[in-house]
Amino acid sequence: MKLYENTAAALSRMLTKEEVSAVEVAQSFLERIGDLDPLLKAFVTQTPDIALKMAADVDQRRKQGESLHPLAGVPIAIKDNICTEGIKTTCASRILSNYIPPFDATVVRALKAVGMPLLGKTNMDEFAMGSSTENSAFFTSRNPWDTGRVPGGSSGGSAVAVAAGMAPLALGSDTGGSVRQPASFCGLIGLRPTYGLVSRYGLIAFASSLDQIGPLALTAEDAAMLLGVIAGYDRLDSTSLPEDVPDYHRELETDIRGIRIGLIRENVDQQFDREVNAAVKKMLTVLEQNGAVIGEVSMPLTDYGLSAYYLIAPSEASSNLGRYDGVRYGYQSAGRHLEEMFSNTRGEGFGAEVKRRIMIGTYALSAGYYDAYYLKAMQVRTMIRRDYETAFKSYDLILGATTPTPAFKIGEKTDDPLQMYLSDVCNINDALAGIPSISVPTGLHSSGLPMGMQISAPPSGEKLLLKVAYFLDGQSRAFPQRPQLKTSEGGCN
Amino acid sequence: MGRYETVIGLEIHVELQTASKLFCGCSARFGSEPNTNCCPVCLGLPGSLPVFNRRAIELAVTAALALNSEVQDKSRFDRKNYFYPDLPKAYQVSQYDQPLAKGGFLEFRDENKSRLVNLERVHLEEEAGKLIHAGESILDAEYSLVDYNRAGIPLLEIVTKPDLRSGSEARLFLENLRLLLLYAGISDCKMEEGSLRCDANISLRLTGSQELGTKAEVKNMNSFKAVEAALNYEAVRQEKILNAGGKVDQETCHWNEETKETIPLRGKEGSSDYRYFPEPDLLPLVIDKSLINKLTALLPESPLQRYQRLQEQYGLAESEVQLFIENRELGDYFESAAKKYSNYHNLANWVQGDLLFQLRECGCRLDQLLPDHLVEILDLLDSGEINRPVAKELLAESLRAGSSPRDLVAKKNLGRIADRDQLLPLVNQVIAENPEAVENFMLGKDKAIAFLVGKVMALSGGRADPGELNQLFRELLKKKNGCEANGTS
Repeated sequence: MKLYENTAAALSRMLTKEEVSAVEVAQSFLERIGDLDPLLKAFVTQTPDIALKMAADVDQRRKQGESLHPLAGVPIAIKDNICTEGIKTTCASRILSNYIPPFDATVVRALKAVGMPLLGKTNMDEFAMGSSTENSAFFTSRNPWDTGRVPGGSSGGSAVAVAAGMAPLALGSDTGGSVRQPASFCGLIGLRPTYGLVSRYGLIAFASSLDQIGPLALTAEDAAMLLGVIAGYDRLDSTSLPEDVPDYHRELETDIRGIRIGLIRENVDQQFDREVNAAVKKMLTVLEQNGAVIGEVSMPLTDYGLSAYYLIAPSEASSNLGRYDGVRYGYQSAGRHLEEMFSNTRGEGFGAEVKRRIMIGTYALSAGYYDAYYLKAMQVRTMIRRDYETAFKSYDLILGATTPTPAFKIGEKTDDPLQMYLSDVCNINDALAGIPSISVPTGLHSSGLPMGMQISAPPSGEKLLLKVAYFLDGQSRAFPQRPQLKTSEGGCN
Repeated sequence: MGRYETVIGLEIHVELQTASKLFCGCSARFGSEPNTNCCPVCLGLPGSLPVFNRRAIELAVTAALALNSEVQDKSRFDRKNYFYPDLPKAYQVSQYDQPLAKGGFLEFRDENKSRLVNLERVHLEEEAGKLIHAGESILDAEYSLVDYNRAGIPLLEIVTKPDLRSGSEARLFLENLRLLLLYAGISDCKMEEGSLRCDANISLRLTGSQELGTKAEVKNMNSFKAVEAALNYEAVRQEKILNAGGKVDQETCHWNEETKETIPLRGKEGSSDYRYFPEPDLLPLVIDKSLINKLTALLPESPLQRYQRLQEQYGLAESEVQLFIENRELGDYFESAAKKYSNYHNLANWVQGDLLFQLRECGCRLDQLLPDHLVEILDLLDSGEINRPVAKELLAESLRAGSSPRDLVAKKNLGRIADRDQLLPLVNQVIAENPEAVENFMLGKDKAIAFLVGKVMALSGGRADPGELNQLFRELLKKKNGCEANGTS
C-alpha cells in the first residue's frame, strides 16, 4: 500500500509511531500530485517546497521529543478562497489571479500551529459561485471516478484532491452546498459546520451570512480530526460562536441506539435518480436495524429556499465583490477616467456567472425592489429556520439525498444556469438555517459513480453527525473507496 | 419678517477621539505618514472582517446622551454601497434604519435667549480614506493619490431636524455643538483637520407655511464661517429664483471658498442608490441599561450648565462667562483660583486680561502658572506689598520661571518701597534732573506731579509707593517754593 492511499487517521498513527516521517508522507502525496494533477487539475497552485519544509519541521520537532498534535505531519490541500500568507489566493478568478495575501486565514494559522504541511491551493468555481468548477477562470477539475464528469463544486478541486489520493484531507467552503455536493460527487465525507463554528476570518467572502469552511475527508474519523483543528471561537470574526468545542475525534463512538432520524420527503423526491433515493433508504434501514428510530418528515419550504438563497447570496455577493475595483490589488484594466477603469476592470476581471450574480444581487437590493426581493427572501429564511426548529422537536437528525443525481458530465449544464442551481437544491436550506450538515457516501451508482446522503442536525450538532457518519463508515464501506480513473464516453476531455 | 422663511437642517460628521479605529486595532492618529496606519481590515483586503471597538461605541453612546438622544437597546449596522477609490470595501459600514440613538436636542444661548434645536438621530459609522488630487480641484486633477490612514476611523453622524432659520443660526448651533462635544471628550472637533464636517440642507418656504420647499444640499464648507456664508448665499440665490417665478432644483452644491458661491455638482449624486442592507459580518449592537447608566453618571457638565453655574456662583459678567465657556481651560483655571480668592470680579479681570496677555507675549501654556501663584500675586497686590506694575512683572516672571511669586519678591527684592528714607534720595535726584517739571508745578500745574512720580517709579523699578511719593513731592516742593519766596522778598 502506497502512503498516499492511507486515510489521515492511518497516517497519523504511522507518524506518531514514527513508522514514517512527515517528509516521506508529504513526498508521497507530492508525487501523486505530480502523476495525476495534469489530468485531474485539482490544484491552482502547488506548494511542494512549503509542504516539504513544514514536514521537515514536524519531523525535527518530533525528534526533539515535542508532543505533537495527531495531525502533525498529515498534509492538507486548501481551497483557493482561503487566504494563505505569501501564497497566491485567487478564488479561481482572473481579478485575483496574482493576488498574494499578506495574512493567513484563522483556519490556516490553526493548521500551521498543528503542523499540517500545505500541499497547495485547490481549484473552485470562481468566488465559490457554481456547482462544478466549470466557473473557474482557469480550468475545470475532473472527477476521478469519471474524468468526463464534473467533481461538483464549488470546492471541486479539494474533493478531487482527496478522492484521487493527492491529499489525505482538504478544506472547502460551503455557502449553499459547496462542500457537501462535491463530497457526494467524489465519494467523500463533506461537512458543513454550524454557522459560526469555524472562523471566517481569511475566507474570501462570497455570501457572508452563509459562508462556512468545512472539511473534505475520506472518512468520518478524518473529518472529525480536521474539524477539531479548525473549529472554535475566533475574536477576529464577530459572527464566531463563543462556545467551547468538544474533542470530536476522541468522542467518536458508534452507539446510535435511540437516535431519532427523520427522512426528508422532499430530499428523496420522485424526480431524483431512483438509485440515489434507494441508496438513502438502504442506509436508513441499516440505521434502523442498529437501533435508530426512523420516521419521515416534510420540509415543504425546500423550493422557496432555493429562490431565497439565489436572492440573499447574490445580494451579499454584489456588496462583497465591490472591492475588486482595480485600485488597490488584483487585476486592473485601463480607462480614460475612473468609472471606465472600474468598469473595464470588473468587466474583464469577472467571469459570466459572477457577473450574473452581481447583477441579480444589485437588482435585489435596489431601492424599490428591496422589499419585494431581499426582504422577502430574508422572511423566507426565517420561516425555513422555524421549519427546522419544528422538525428537530421530533427528530435528532434529518436526512435525504445530498444531490438528485450522481456527478453530471462536463458541459452538461453550463448553458442552463437554473439547472446548475438546482443541483444544490438539497443543500441550500441547511445553509440558510445555519445548521450543520454532512454528506456521507452511500455506495456506487450503476454508472460506477459515487452517491451521497446528507444528514443535518440542530446547531452545534456536529458531534452527533460525526457519530452517525462514523457508524456508517464501519457498516457500509463495502464499495471501492478509490476511483479507478476511468473516462466515460461523451465527456469532454 | 420677509416673504420667505429659510429652513435649514444640518448633517454633522465628527471623528471620535479613540486611540484606534472602529473595526481594527490601527491607530486613529491624525497626521501620520500616508498609508502607515493600515491593516487588512481597514484596507478591506479579501477575507478580512470587522470587530467592534468598544471604546468607540462608548464614546458614541456618551455623545448621544450628551445630546439628549434616546439610545436604542438594539441597533444595527448596514452597508452603504458605492464605488469610490477612498472606500476600500466599496461599501461603508454605517447605520440606516436602526440608528444608535433617535431624537434629541441641543440647547444653547443666542443673545441672552435660550435656543433649542431638535435632532433627528445620532449614529455611528466608519470614515473613508482621503483622496489627494494632483491639480487644483477634483475636476481638473490629472491623477489622485489615496491615503487610507483615515479609513475606518469611527465617525459619528448627527442629523438635526430642519429647525434652523439662517446661516448665522447654523453657525451658532455648530459652535455650541462643538463645545458640547469637546466638553464630553467625544472629539477634538477640528474643522481644519476634518474631524468635524458639516453638510446642510436648505430650502425656502413662504413665511407662515408649514410645508417644506425643495431643498438643495450644500457641501464642502470647511469652517463655521464658511457654513454661515454658504447658507446665506444659498438663501439669497433661492430667493431670487422664487421671486422670479422659478423653481429650485433639488441638487447638491459645493461651496467655493474662493468665489464665495455655491456651485451645483451636476449629475453626480442626484440618483445615487446606496443599496443599504444589514451588514452580515457584524452582530446587532446591543447596548444594555447598565452601560447607559454608567456613561450617564460619567457625563461631564455641559457648556450650558456651566454657563448658568458660573453666572450664579461667581456673579460674573456675561462676556466673562462666555469667554470661560468657550475657553474651557481658562474657565477651569479661573475656578481653580477662585477657590482661594474671593474677589471673583478682580480675579476674572486678571485671568482674561493680564494673564491671557502674558501667555500670548511669551507663547507660554496656561499650565505653566499655577492658579495658586496667580492668587499669591493678587494677595500681594491687595495687601499693598507690591505695586500693580510689579504685579504684572511678577506674573510674567512666575510664568517663565514657574516659581512662587512670593519667593520671587523676596529674591529679587520687588517689595513696595514706602520708607521715606529710601525714597528721599530718589525724589531729590528727580527734582534735580527735571527742573522744567518742577517749574511747571511751581506755576500751579498740578499734573507735573504725576510726571515726577512716574520718574521715581521708573528709577525704583516700579516698586516705590506712588501715594507716598506724591505726598513727598508735594511736601518737598512746597518747602522749596516757600524758601525761594522768602529769599526773593
